[in-house]
Amino acid sequence: MTSPTSPELESIQTLKQIAREEFILPGTSICGGCGGLEALRLAAKVLGPQTVFVNAAGCFTLLATFPYTPFKGSWLYTTMASAAAGAQGVRDALDVLMARGKLPAKDDVEVVVVAGDGSTYDIGLSATSGAIFRGLNFWYFCYDNESYGNTGMQMSSSTPYGARTATTPVGIHSQAGTEHGKKDMFEIWRAHRPAYVATVSPRFPIDLTNKFLKAKTLRGAKLFLAHAPCPTGWLYDPERTADYARLAVETGMFALKEAVDGVVTHTYVPRRHRPVEEYLQGQGRYRHLFEPTRNDAALRQIQDQVDRYWAGVHETTGAAR
Amino acid sequence: MTAQQLLTGNAAAAWGARLADADYIPAFPITPQTEIIELLAQWSAHGEVPARFVTLDSEHSMLTAAGAAAAAGARVFTATSSQGLLYGCEVLYTIAGWRVPLVLVNVSRALASPITLEADHNDILAARDTGFLQIHAETCQEIVDSILMGYRLAEDEQVMVPVLVNLDGFTLSFTREPVTLPSPAAVAEFLPAYHPRHAYIRGDKPMAQGTAVLGGAPYSYFRYQQQRAQDNALTIHQTIAEEFALRFGRRYDLVESFQLDDADYVLVMSNAFASKGKAMVQWWRTQGRKVGLLRLRVVRPFPGAAIAAALVGRKAVAVFDQNIAPGSGGILYPEIAAALYHEPRRPPLLSVIGGLGGKDISAGEFEAVFQHLERIASGTTVIGPLLLYTQQERDRVRTLLQIAGKELSA
Repeated sequence: MTSPTSPELESIQTLKQIAREEFILPGTSICGGCGGLEALRLAAKVLGPQTVFVNAAGCFTLLATFPYTPFKGSWLYTTMASAAAGAQGVRDALDVLMARGKLPAKDDVEVVVVAGDGSTYDIGLSATSGAIFRGLNFWYFCYDNESYGNTGMQMSSSTPYGARTATTPVGIHSQAGTEHGKKDMFEIWRAHRPAYVATVSPRFPIDLTNKFLKAKTLRGAKLFLAHAPCPTGWLYDPERTADYARLAVETGMFALKEAVDGVVTHTYVPRRHRPVEEYLQGQGRYRHLFEPTRNDAALRQIQDQVDRYWAGVHETTGAAR
Repeated sequence: MTAQQLLTGNAAAAWGARLADADYIPAFPITPQTEIIELLAQWSAHGEVPARFVTLDSEHSMLTAAGAAAAAGARVFTATSSQGLLYGCEVLYTIAGWRVPLVLVNVSRALASPITLEADHNDILAARDTGFLQIHAETCQEIVDSILMGYRLAEDEQVMVPVLVNLDGFTLSFTREPVTLPSPAAVAEFLPAYHPRHAYIRGDKPMAQGTAVLGGAPYSYFRYQQQRAQDNALTIHQTIAEEFALRFGRRYDLVESFQLDDADYVLVMSNAFASKGKAMVQWWRTQGRKVGLLRLRVVRPFPGAAIAAALVGRKAVAVFDQNIAPGSGGILYPEIAAALYHEPRRPPLLSVIGGLGGKDISAGEFEAVFQHLERIASGTTVIGPLLLYTQQERDRVRTLLQIAGKELSA
């Protein structure tokens, strides 16, 4: 499905090379300290003003609340399950209108799905699978706060093992809170062989910007999972969003990577991963793993899972530990 | 060039989309609608229509893509049936609220459970309150014509609401009838290219569509606007019908009156089985019985005034519902009753349910309905709904039940 549409854009090396112009303006009703919005803000700087954000029900649905919109581009709210199908309709319509001479090419826009993990991992997965399968030329931005956040932090299939949510409370029968592991959406997407799939973090803006720049040269499905620390749902002080975003990567819990035509590259591999506890501690959703008594078994399971993942990475890349 | 051909109802629907010069056709297969999208897929593949044809992954996705393409400024056609219409029902409400014009054909098929294939109207009437306009067709000709009229109605600035055109599965979808196809040039004069002024997606004119509202006041305002649009559609439909009649020689009103002028008794019917009712009316007329038929055609907006005007002063009226709302009865009966409530000369009404899942309505059953109407007219109270069923059908089902080791229940 991959075919370049424009020459490789220059990748950036420093923060100063990130565009100063904002395409998502401040003053929205999104929670202070939202990691997802920061990631989308950075992404929009690459996408530019000629965009339409096609939205699925979730926190970000409240970004455009009549009569306001923070976007310099366009917006279309669809349903929770079918944002990718909405992107299909818009992309197809623009293509056919241009082909029939009813829309000048200069007025074309980038079509960008914006959806949370509840939509992405659960109810909307079928529609997204269909759009990737059909080779649709579109962007997909998932702000992944690992829960149904807008409804008050219930478990989604992105909720990691050990996190407490409103529907996976800690009790005698479930001392870890969420007992399932997180669905591996990166691999599910990659199995569709999209043009591009990547994970991004708001605390790694250069990495994020370069991934969007790279994707901009490709036609087909360009899919992004953005780590979205969520003070409201994860129960920490909003000023610590940047810390948790960084720690998720430095502990190896959130791997920064991309796949072009299915070939995976890890774009940031810390020389030495910090212990996962540094990321977990301080987040209210993991508090039961530390208080009133330490749940060593659960903490070991989380650390082991991360270690296993990276052992596999090092094995395939041959990189030294 | 005007060509007459033998076309199935499904082919007529496909021709409607072709003549309307649709830009975009999102599709998903479901019996008995599938022939429509197969034909359109072939035409698209051979370059006979310029429309982009795309198979989606479900009706929910299909209707989202349809609405989104209309929101981007394209003329959109799509089709479904039955379970598919219900699977996409959330999106029907959503895109009607977007106020985007498109035409969706529904080929009626009874709903599960039990799952079956033949027609009744529980599917289309489940979409009654979605905000779509609804036109119910009786013949293959009317399918083509209603699609063309539907686009005019949907794209009218005073309406801007999507349209559902309904036809019955099997009885119409797979029945060949002579259909006069107007020339593309004549259609283009009646239905010019769509130039979106309210809903579009363009780089030079950014716009937020489908935005959230907070609080009841803005929500109610936009919902009332949908009611206004439907009110407007009643008048605008008649203007379009007059123009259509002038150009093409076929006249379609909100309701169709058949042998009503001097009728004492009236059958109210819709869709393909209205043809059966008309045949009975003609037979009764040879027997000297003054019976007529009122066919419901535009069901949303509900043409209450036209219905009341046609029914006041009659001796008795039977409302046929080819659907069932368990616990209530027929779905259209209370709407007809409401339309007549304020009329001092309102006729007595009989609620009749028949034709579920494609079950025939036999001459004997029509005769039984007529006898009930005579009794009502002479002052007897008949409490409906009358559930039509023949002895022969009862015997047949008794046999099936015996094979299943069960007995016929009362």
